[in-house]
Amino acid sequence: MFEPERAEVVVIGVGNEFRSDDGLGISVAKRLRERLEADIEVVIASGEGAELIDLWQGKKLAVVIDAISSGGNAGSLYWIDATQESLPASLRLFSTHKFGVGEAIEMSRAILSLPERLIVCGIEGKNFSFGDCLSAEVAEASKLLEQRLSDYLGGEGFTR
Amino acid sequence: MKSKSIRVDTLARVEGEGALHIKIKENSVVDVKLEIYEPPRFFEAFLRGRSFREAPDITARICGICHIAYQTSAIHAMERALGVEVHPQVRALRRLIYCGEWIESHALHIFMLHGPDFLGFQDAIALAKEKPELVKMALGLKKLGNDIVTLIGGREIHSINLRLGGFYRMPTRSDLQPLVDRLKWARDAAVESVKITGGLEFPEFERDYEFLALKHDNEYAITEGYLATNRGLAIDINDYEKHFAEEHVEHSNALHSIHKGKGTYFVGPLARYNLNYDQLPSIAKEAAESVKLGSFVRNPFKGIVVRAVELLFAFDESLRLIEEYEPAPKPFVDCEPKAAVGCGATEAPRGLLYHRYKIDDAGLIQDAKIVPPTSQNLRTIEEDLWQFVPPRISLPTEQLTWVCEQAVRNYDPCISCATHFLKLKIENV
Repeated sequence: MFEPERAEVVVIGVGNEFRSDDGLGISVAKRLRERLEADIEVVIASGEGAELIDLWQGKKLAVVIDAISSGGNAGSLYWIDATQESLPASLRLFSTHKFGVGEAIEMSRAILSLPERLIVCGIEGKNFSFGDCLSAEVAEASKLLEQRLSDYLGGEGFTR
Repeated sequence: MKSKSIRVDTLARVEGEGALHIKIKENSVVDVKLEIYEPPRFFEAFLRGRSFREAPDITARICGICHIAYQTSAIHAMERALGVEVHPQVRALRRLIYCGEWIESHALHIFMLHGPDFLGFQDAIALAKEKPELVKMALGLKKLGNDIVTLIGGREIHSINLRLGGFYRMPTRSDLQPLVDRLKWARDAAVESVKITGGLEFPEFERDYEFLALKHDNEYAITEGYLATNRGLAIDINDYEKHFAEEHVEHSNALHSIHKGKGTYFVGPLARYNLNYDQLPSIAKEAAESVKLGSFVRNPFKGIVVRAVELLFAFDESLRLIEEYEPAPKPFVDCEPKAAVGCGATEAPRGLLYHRYKIDDAGLIQDAKIVPPTSQNLRTIEEDLWQFVPPRISLPTEQLTWVCEQAVRNYDPCISCATHFLKLKIENV
């Protein structure tokens, strides 16, 4: 059974909170920080690849929350176990980095530094222009994701 | 020669958006254009009317990789305009955070962007699958650069701690101490990196370039100095525009720089190395000698080795700066505005970055000029390809395309700075 200790878990909110929907990962991570037990590490990251790999290597479970820009319906939720499969090419994670989340996952897979389980939670964004507000559809989806992650990380499957 | 057309829609592993178009007719190159179609970004225009204090933070947004370079060039231009002298430890701390940026940028370019070209890998992930230990080392080096910038700058990108006159807060000696052991590891790893890059195979290609870089009497210039070339020019930063000009060309939204009355010139690691070799620490010179690099390099493909030498220098210099560091009594000196013009230039990872500002009595910016390194190298890149392609024209299309992309990446071009994806087309007409 997959039962990580809480100290072996990291939640990483990725994005830029001044780029509207690109800030959803940070927004969800900040709210989770309030809800989760203090011994679960919640980190805000810009999405730079080397930092991401450093954050998740050696962990039993890492959850990455990020905005997705694939042309799909705004607010669509994605839950991908990246330890089992590569991110689909169509799911381009929105990133301002040349070496971003997608590249970091594949790089980490290649150098055998992925955590035992890496969950990528994405929400399809709509507006990535300057601004600090989420689109209505994205704000609604981010609340659903927050609840799902809170249940997942606070629920069974973890040793206390 | 049979007519054929080569098109690579996406030239990866460069920063920004543009295209390279090479036309070949009957075994001759008839046109080379580095087409920069990324829209102009108008930073110089929207700096007008803003406070002189805002220039560092506004111009930092031009780039997510060399933001410290933008901040430092802007700060130096304003401080020179206002006659502000900063504490030597402020100067040293600027040099240290700048080393952090060199480390991040050089480690990324050597191992993730340019290295795969030499080793025959499509990208860094393919390289990682074959050489995981090398890539782990590279990630560790890059991460250390990130951490230096974050520790001093307050965050990884677009530092919030640099300001006119100094820093908002200076770290204590003990803040910097955790970096020391990691820097010693990294310095050893960088010696290895010089050996690895020095052992690569390089295309036979040399040109008689004019190299331009900052030069300083007492140090390997990064943040201060005068402008010098290998052909005898030695001028104050204030005289840059007397000698160098930007020109608009139809196929590029980035301006092309020229040395007035002379022609193209070359900025970046090769220029710095060639002009300032003597000021490298012995550990860097010894590493360069171990791979027979010589003290003057004319083959732009060897830029990857020179970057590795500069990476080694940056780790060694960081250790020296931390060893000698004491916080200044005051983290910054106040800067009062007056009507003035100031020029600043620093050595961004890719080369010389020049800023000029004219401000009024209230400190509002009346006029701004920013010349990034990539604009200065664009025409040199085109000239390289004019000469590089003809002897290789009979290569299979795929191979020719590969080496042309590699030739562009010699310069680690940052198109985002120059005006963001490069598309490559080689066409036989």
